[in-house]
Amino acid sequence: MSIPAFILTAAFVGYAGLARESGLTLVETLAMTGFVWALPSIVVLTGAISSGMGMLPAGIAVALASVRLMPMTMALMPLIKVPGKTRTWQLLIASHFVAVTAWVFAMKHLPDMPREGRLPFFLGFGGAVTSFVFCMTGVSYLLVETMPGMVAGALFLLTPVYFLCSLWGASRLNADRAAMVAGLVLGPVFFIYLPGLDLLWTGLVGGTIAYLGTRIMRRGLS
Amino acid sequence: MDGSTAGGLISETWWPLAMILVAGWFATDVWRWLGVFAGGKLREDGELLIWVRCVATALVAGVISKLILFPQGVLAETPLWLRVAAAGFGFASFFVARQRVFVGVLAAEVFLVAGWLLLDRMAS
Repeated sequence: MSIPAFILTAAFVGYAGLARESGLTLVETLAMTGFVWALPSIVVLTGAISSGMGMLPAGIAVALASVRLMPMTMALMPLIKVPGKTRTWQLLIASHFVAVTAWVFAMKHLPDMPREGRLPFFLGFGGAVTSFVFCMTGVSYLLVETMPGMVAGALFLLTPVYFLCSLWGASRLNADRAAMVAGLVLGPVFFIYLPGLDLLWTGLVGGTIAYLGTRIMRRGLS
Repeated sequence: MDGSTAGGLISETWWPLAMILVAGWFATDVWRWLGVFAGGKLREDGELLIWVRCVATALVAGVISKLILFPQGVLAETPLWLRVAAAGFGFASFFVARQRVFVGVLAAEVFLVAGWLLLDRMAS
């Protein structure tokens, strides 16, 4: 088993524990894993459902958490496309597998492969990782209850630490890192003072402060 | 979740699934589809995209600190300082190991469980 699949499985095992604690059923947990397939969005959606958020604010929060999938998909497309041969619907199916871990792996290894083989490889790789993680999420959801409390508790910490490290690893600009620090600090503040829409505010306020701050550092007050 | 609001059993079953499809599946995959269609047209270092990425990053970071500071379930029994210290230790190890995520996660878990066992021992 490859390293990305292993890390991802561990992260989703942690998520299964979180889902169970948040009162989600097995079907809901698996539906999220299969349909959404991007852990940050899944965790945001779990929080939204368990706090009874409406569909529109929840959708906006999830959409904000998954915005980065768009530039990631854009960067991947030229790699897996065979000009004049690949159909758009094939790319649309392939795009569902775009998520941080699989994407990093694909961007690193696809360029070494012959162009014709890249899309089939990405579909096979994405499909295999998704199915495996899907099954493991289901199994661990069922097992969490029988686990000793400390093991289950340790699993809940897995998700935030995994995000903490991989989000920093995926950042490329100072703006990204500043936004991360701003979000870490503002998240609990908004949670206490503006519960419900706290994630949206954290994103908008923290992200804008980080963007403006680093922009002034980059190019002054122009 | 206590879905005892209007609508009863049916909406209790279907509402979360509708949420998952609309606010989850659609809200996520729409960006992937846009990425397919826009593939290469939008400049990845454009100012708008930098701001959008900042907002997205801050939002996910907010989720992280909420999960550590206000956890649900068994983890809530641990003292706040232990969770923050475990996460900090994991993050520091992640750097020492030249940004290997696996090392960071493992270090945080070991720190948490060791601290937890120690506190249990002292309490009993």
